[in-house]
Amino acid sequence: MPFDIYLNVAVGGLLTGLVYGLMALGLSVIFGVVRVVNFAHGEMMTIAMYIAVTLFSAFHLDPLLMLVPIAAVLFAFGYVLQAGLINAFITRPEHTQFLLLVALAIIIVNVLLILFGPDAQSVQTAYSFDSFQIGPLIVDATKTYAGIAAIVVAGALFLFFRSTRIGTAIRACADNYTGALVVGLDVKHLYALTFGLGAACVGGAGVMLVLIVDVTPSLGPAYTLLAFVIVITGGLGSMPGALIGGVLIGLTEAMAGLLFTPSAKSMFAFAILVLVLLFRPQGIMGKRTAS
Amino acid sequence: MIGRLIGGVPRRALAMLGVLLLALIVAPLIASDYLLTVLILILYFAYIGQAWNIMMGFAGQLSLGHALYVGLGAYAAAALYVHFSIGPWLGLIIALPIAALAGAFIGFLAFRFRVAGVYFAILTIAVAEFARVGFDHWAWTSGSSGLFLPVSQYSHNDIWLLRGHPVMFYYIILAASVLAFILCRALLQSRVGYFWLAIREDEEAARSSGIDTFHYKMVAVVTSAAMTSFAGVFYAFFYNNLFPEQVFHISRSIEIILGPIVGGVGTLFGPVLGAFVLTGLAETLTAALAAAGVDLPGAKQVFYGICLLLVIMALPDGIWPWLAKRIGLAERNK
Amino acid sequence: MSVLLTVDAVSKRFRGLVAVDRLSFEVPAGGIYAVIGPNGAGKTTLFNMIAGVFAPDSGTISFAGERIDGLPPDRICRRGIGRTFQIVRPFPALSVEDNVIVGALLHRHHVVDARAHAHAVLRRLDLYDKRAQRASSLTLPDRKRLEVARALATDPKLLLLDEVMAGLRPTETDRIVAILKELNRDTGLTILLIEHVMRAVMALAARILVLHHGGAIAQGTPETVVRDPAVVHSYLGVEDLS
Repeated sequence: MPFDIYLNVAVGGLLTGLVYGLMALGLSVIFGVVRVVNFAHGEMMTIAMYIAVTLFSAFHLDPLLMLVPIAAVLFAFGYVLQAGLINAFITRPEHTQFLLLVALAIIIVNVLLILFGPDAQSVQTAYSFDSFQIGPLIVDATKTYAGIAAIVVAGALFLFFRSTRIGTAIRACADNYTGALVVGLDVKHLYALTFGLGAACVGGAGVMLVLIVDVTPSLGPAYTLLAFVIVITGGLGSMPGALIGGVLIGLTEAMAGLLFTPSAKSMFAFAILVLVLLFRPQGIMGKRTAS
Repeated sequence: MIGRLIGGVPRRALAMLGVLLLALIVAPLIASDYLLTVLILILYFAYIGQAWNIMMGFAGQLSLGHALYVGLGAYAAAALYVHFSIGPWLGLIIALPIAALAGAFIGFLAFRFRVAGVYFAILTIAVAEFARVGFDHWAWTSGSSGLFLPVSQYSHNDIWLLRGHPVMFYYIILAASVLAFILCRALLQSRVGYFWLAIREDEEAARSSGIDTFHYKMVAVVTSAAMTSFAGVFYAFFYNNLFPEQVFHISRSIEIILGPIVGGVGTLFGPVLGAFVLTGLAETLTAALAAAGVDLPGAKQVFYGICLLLVIMALPDGIWPWLAKRIGLAERNK
Repeated sequence: MSVLLTVDAVSKRFRGLVAVDRLSFEVPAGGIYAVIGPNGAGKTTLFNMIAGVFAPDSGTISFAGERIDGLPPDRICRRGIGRTFQIVRPFPALSVEDNVIVGALLHRHHVVDARAHAHAVLRRLDLYDKRAQRASSLTLPDRKRLEVARALATDPKLLLLDEVMAGLRPTETDRIVAILKELNRDTGLTILLIEHVMRAVMALAARILVLHHGGAIAQGTPETVVRDPAVVHSYLGVEDLS
C-alpha cells in the first residue's frame, strides 16, 4: 500500500485521537480530583452529541458554533449530578460509587434509545466532505477543525488549573482532601465544579466527534470504555497523559482499522488496556499513588 | 450432611423455603406458557446470580464481565452440537473447563499483578469485550451472523439433547438453581467459605492470619466461571440462536449482577430474591406496556437502572438483609 | 533457653529515610520481650519485616532455626508467627466467633474443630459471651482483644503485639497483661510486643529493646533499661519530684 495512505490514515487517527484525548481529559480530571470512577462518561458525551444533532437538524446550527452552549449545558448537568447525588457517596466504598454511575449510565443510554431510536444519526455540514491538501497529505476538514478545537479547549483547561485561584483550589482538594477542608475550602462545591468541568470537556468532545462519526445510543458505553483505556494508558490523574493516551489510541485504532478489519479495532484498544494494567498500571505519565 | 446444611437455620426459614420450592415445583401445572417463560428467566438469573455472588459476595471480587463465561459455555456446547452432533451434557463437560480456564486466566492476570477493585472490574469488562469482537470474526462459530441450533418440532422431550417443551427446561433450571443454592450454603459453611469471607472483609488481615489469598481468590473465580458456563449451555439450547453481539455484550454482564445487588450481595437468598423481584417486575412492566399498546425498546433497561439506583441509594446491602430483619430471619455473615 | 527469633543486622530504608538501621537482637523461646521507643523509631517497620509485609533491605531474620526474611505474610503465619495491627483490623461484618474461627482454620480442616478451638481461645480472652456479636459493633478494647484472639487461634509459637494497650483504661490494660502472662506461663507462648504504655511493659517484659532512629540504644532487663541515661534522654524522661 502506498505510503500516502498510511500517512493520511495516521494523521486522521491523530486528529481523532486529539478529540478522544479531550474526552479522556474530562474523565481524568474527575477521577484525579473527586476520585470517582465515572462509568457514565461516554453516556454523558452521547447526550451532548444528540443535543448537537437535534440543534443541527432543527435549526441548522453548526455544532462547532454550539460548542460553548452545549458544553455549558453539560457543565450544569455534571455540577448538579455531583452536588445532588454523588457527593453523598464520597465516603462509601469504591464499588458502590462505581455501581451508582453504572446505574446512571444504563438509564441515560436507554432514555436516549427511547427518545431517539437505535438508528444512526449524523450531522452533514457544508464542509463535511471537504478536505485540505498539504503535499501528499489529504486531511478531512471535519477532523482538522475537531482536532484544533480539542487542542484549544484542552489548553484552556490547563490554563484554568494552573493560573486561576479556583483552579488552584481544585488542585489542592485533589492533593489533600482534609488539608483543603482545614484551610476553609468548600470542597463539596469544588467537587461539583470539577465534575461539571469534566462533563463540559466530554460535552465539547462530543460536539467535535459528531462531525466525525454517526451517533447511536450504544456509542455511550463504547466511548466510556475507550475513555478508560485512554486514561489508564496515559496515566490516571495526569492531564497530559490523557491527551497522549488519546492520540496513541486514535492512531492505533486508525492503523488497526487499515491493516486489519475496521470492526476489530476495539480489540486492539482492549489488548492495550490489558497490557497496561499488567505491566505499567500507572500509565505512561502517571505516578504510583496510594489509591 | 443434611444436618449440617440446615443446622442453625430457624424453622420458619426452612418452612418458607419449603413452601417456595413446592410452589415452584407445581407451577408448570397451573402457569400459562407466557408465565412459564418468565419463571424460566427468573430461575436462570437466580442461578447465574448465585454463581456471580460467589466471586463478589463471598470473595469480594467485582466482575462486570460474567457474560464471558455464559458466552463461552453457550458457544462451546452449541458449536459441538452443530458441528459434531455432540449433545449438551457432553458439551458441558467441554464447556466447564473452557470457562474455568478463562476465569483462571483473568484471575491469574489480576491477582499476580495486583489488579484489584475497580481496575479488576474494568479488566473483566475488557476481556468480555475482547471475546465479543473476537467471536464476531470467528468463522467456525459463524461470527456475527449468528450460530443457529437445528430445531425440530418437539413431539416428546429429549433430555439428553435438550430438545423439547419449555416445561422440561423449566425443571432443569429449577434443579440447577436449587443445587446452586445448596452448593453456596455448603461453601459458606466450609473452610473455603470462611477464608473467602475473610478475604472479602480485609485481604491484608486475611494474609496475616495465614490465608494464601491468591489461591483462594483463584478458587472463587474458577468456581464462579465454571458454574456460570452451565447457564450458557442452557441458554444455547433454550434459545437456539447465539450472536456474539448479544451474548457477550456488557448489558448481559450488568443484567447478571443486578439480581444479587438488588437482592443482597454476599447473602445466600439475596440473588434468588433479586431475580424474582427484578425479572418479575420487569416482565410485568413489559407486559403492561404491551397491553397499553406502547412499544418502548429500552424501557426495561431504564427500569433496571432505576432499580439499581434506588437500591444503592436507599438499601445498599440489598433488599434481603432489610427484609430478613423485618421478618426475623437475619442471616449470619450478611 | 533456646532462641526462637533472631534478627541479624537488619536494615530498611524508604527512599531517603532509614527506618531500621542494622538492628540485631534475639528473642528466647518462652520469653516476653518488649520493643519501646519514641514514635518513628522504626518499631512497626521492624514488626512488618518480621511478619513479612515487606522484606529487609539487608540482614536476615530467622525463626525456629530457619530464615524467614522475604517470605509473604501468609507463609510466615503458617510457620508460627501471629500478629496484631497497630490500627485494629478485625473482619468487620463477621461475628466475633467467625473472626476467630478464620484463625483457627489455619491448622484445622474441619469447621467443627475450628469452632471448638475458637471457643477455647475466646474464653481465655473474656470474649466468649460476645461471640455472636458483629465485630464492627464491638468497643475498641474488645476489638483489640478480638485481634489477639484471632492471632492466637492460629496456634502461633511467637505472638507479635503492636501497641495492643493503646487507648485502654488502666483496668483494661491490667486485664490484658494478666491474660498475656497466663498464656505465656500456661503454654510457653513467646511474646514480642511494641508498647508505649510503660505500666504494661514493666509488668510483662523480661527483656526490653529500646529503639531510636532505627537503631538499638539499649537492651536489657526492665530495671537497667529504664535507668539507662540514653533511654531517659531520648524517650522516658525523669520524674520531676521537685
